[in-house]
Amino acid sequence: MTMEILGITVLGVFLFGYIIIASIDFGAGFFNAVSTVTGKDHILTKIIQRYLSPVWEVTNVFLVFFFVGMVGFFPKTAYYYGSTLLVPASIAIVLLAIRGAYYAFTTYGGLKHKGYVMLYGLTGLLIPASLSIVLTISEGGFVKIERRGPFLNYWTLFTSPLSWSIVLLSLTAVLYISAVFLTWYAHSAKDESATNLLRKYALIWAGPAILTAAGIIFEMRKHNPIHFNRLLDLWWMFALSIIFFLGTVYLLWKRRSYGIAFSLLIGQFSFAFLAYGVSHYPYLMYPYLTLYDSFTNKAMATALVIAFIAGLCLLVPALYLLLRLFLFNKEYIQGKRNNHA
Amino acid sequence: MSEYQTVLFSRGLTELTLSFHIIYATIGVGIPLMIMIAQWVGIKKKDDHYILLARRWARGFVITVSVGVVTGTAIGLQLSLLWPHFMQLAGNVIALPLFMETFAFFFEAIFLGIYLYTWDRFKNQKRHLLLLIPVAVGASCSAIFITIVNAFMNAPQGFDIVHGQLVNVNPVKAMFNPAMPTKVSHVLMSAYMTSAFVLASIGAFRLLHGTEHIYHKKALFLTLKLGFIFSIMTALIGDFSGKYLAEYQPEKLAAAEWHFDTERGAPLLVYGVLENGQVKHAIKIPDALSFLAHDSFNSEVTGLDRFPKDDIPPLYIHYLFDSMVTIGILLTILSLGHVIGVLRGWGLIKTKWFRWITVLGGPLSVLAIETGWWLDEVGRQPWILRGILRTKDAATASNHVDTMLWLFAGLYFVLGVGSVVVLKRMFQKNSVEKELQDRAAVKAGAGV
Repeated sequence: MTMEILGITVLGVFLFGYIIIASIDFGAGFFNAVSTVTGKDHILTKIIQRYLSPVWEVTNVFLVFFFVGMVGFFPKTAYYYGSTLLVPASIAIVLLAIRGAYYAFTTYGGLKHKGYVMLYGLTGLLIPASLSIVLTISEGGFVKIERRGPFLNYWTLFTSPLSWSIVLLSLTAVLYISAVFLTWYAHSAKDESATNLLRKYALIWAGPAILTAAGIIFEMRKHNPIHFNRLLDLWWMFALSIIFFLGTVYLLWKRRSYGIAFSLLIGQFSFAFLAYGVSHYPYLMYPYLTLYDSFTNKAMATALVIAFIAGLCLLVPALYLLLRLFLFNKEYIQGKRNNHA
Repeated sequence: MSEYQTVLFSRGLTELTLSFHIIYATIGVGIPLMIMIAQWVGIKKKDDHYILLARRWARGFVITVSVGVVTGTAIGLQLSLLWPHFMQLAGNVIALPLFMETFAFFFEAIFLGIYLYTWDRFKNQKRHLLLLIPVAVGASCSAIFITIVNAFMNAPQGFDIVHGQLVNVNPVKAMFNPAMPTKVSHVLMSAYMTSAFVLASIGAFRLLHGTEHIYHKKALFLTLKLGFIFSIMTALIGDFSGKYLAEYQPEKLAAAEWHFDTERGAPLLVYGVLENGQVKHAIKIPDALSFLAHDSFNSEVTGLDRFPKDDIPPLYIHYLFDSMVTIGILLTILSLGHVIGVLRGWGLIKTKWFRWITVLGGPLSVLAIETGWWLDEVGRQPWILRGILRTKDAATASNHVDTMLWLFAGLYFVLGVGSVVVLKRMFQKNSVEKELQDRAAVKAGAGV
């Protein structure tokens, strides 16, 4: 394995981790808002709060880790993406900031207002939409290199069917991932009414999630034929992904083994994500930037890998402790313990 | 937008984000240590007041840390968004500490989540305190790693540029640059110091408003004791920083001290104003600058005359320097006065005006942090990477920087007001007296 591949694999793992846990978070906020509007908030709010409270900060770190690692392993991305993403990334930062801070304000500070619940739910949809622009731009055709540097062509971006289908996928995926996870979580908490409601949401969003994903592959054929053909070469990965998807839906439908249903969902998204990543190789931004011409020097790459391994040795036990105390602790999940400061 | 304007707005936005973030970041680095000390004292002395103190600080800390986290994410991304040329270069040489910072922060975030949700969960309170150690260590390590990056911007090393190409990169050498020891320790100590004075300010405010509860007096005594210790250390390291500057960044020292001509036995100018290039109303201490710079009254201190005009930082940093130092000295005297006052039973420390000054100490210490960072950043101009890359050559070419500046100004306004309102409500609704009564009632109930 070359250093370049190792670097992008590490970053890919963190990006995938972010996509999953942030989706759970974003979707939870949205469902919470919906249930408040429809007067069903008594069913969901407790479950969602109990899950989110100890982990919200950790979610954010995954994102920071990804972009810091990106600049570390592939410094040229700072130039190409940094120059072009000023507006979309700034919007995402502002939304993330409002969301994160107001989560703390309401949960720990006792600020209670329906408006915040709505705001929180809405940012949960807007953030994935604005972040998904990064994936769109990486497909090429939206950035022009001019004398003063790379520029993003907003008109092409906003009129492209590809960018809108990626936005749609980001939304449906968020809601689907979140609903499946929370069904499992609510079931572990022995909260039957919440389980039923979330299971319904999961089944509702399963279809749109798979349809929008297929839509992107279709759009890719016109937009970026090279990438499209490479995607087709990996058809077996997508086939596996769809089998996992069907498994999740089947289990949810039969009201059985929600834990396995969620594992299958992870399998579905891992294979789709991996196939997307592999077919994108070697480009980081079509056609200007590849893994190889943007890679850092050898000394820095080695140092980063060593730091990464050392860091993992610290983090994995810590994360395990966090999960054991909260996510997998029956008493905590069922609300028999709180112990908040 | 012209290139000149883009640079101007990029600087404005970076300065705005840093100035806002640094308030919450500084508190975020220092407060975990304060909580740890309070809880430890409480366990040692078996005094519930200190335990409650730790617990209430922890509650407030969650609010400030959340703003610190989100604004930290903002500055992290803005570095690439506003200074893409700089980050491309920096990514190649100084990415290691940036990367390590995310780990330190990750570690801190995980244990903070655990610590907050495990109050009264352990029979042995020391176990709960143990969980706070990774929080405090992680917070301080974050500060160390980020400050290393800033130190590198002041004294870049660990690479060569040959024909425009970066070669011989040595990430470890880049981290251990000459600016690193003084900068890192100064940032850490001043963060502890500021946190102590901010917490003291809250205690003094309570005592001024109706309550004479011993809880607040204990809080005030503890925080001012710590404040005194850390101000002395901050000052001591500040002195080393001056010696570092004299050696490695003489133009920064010369600009901050309005030292125009290279000479032996250089005087130190305190305060004063600059009118048409002439210093007026300044207090002149003979030979003092030479002593500060090189530990000898007769040593030669490089003046601004040795540098081309284009390489000299703006001279207004002298005011920033004076403000920082003046506040530091005032706070040292204040805390020493309080500590001696408690030990000797002085009536002075119970007077209204003394308490008001202590209340002011909180905002003043934050102001000193701000002026210190402005001094550091403006004093490095015109360079973003001293001697290598000029700020004006590093900025983005995007045409929307001005709009983004207003967008973020709005964000910081919302976050600033929100955090203050929430903190106020949190502690007013749940007064110390009420909480102590509740806890006593719970204990009595358990005993029956």
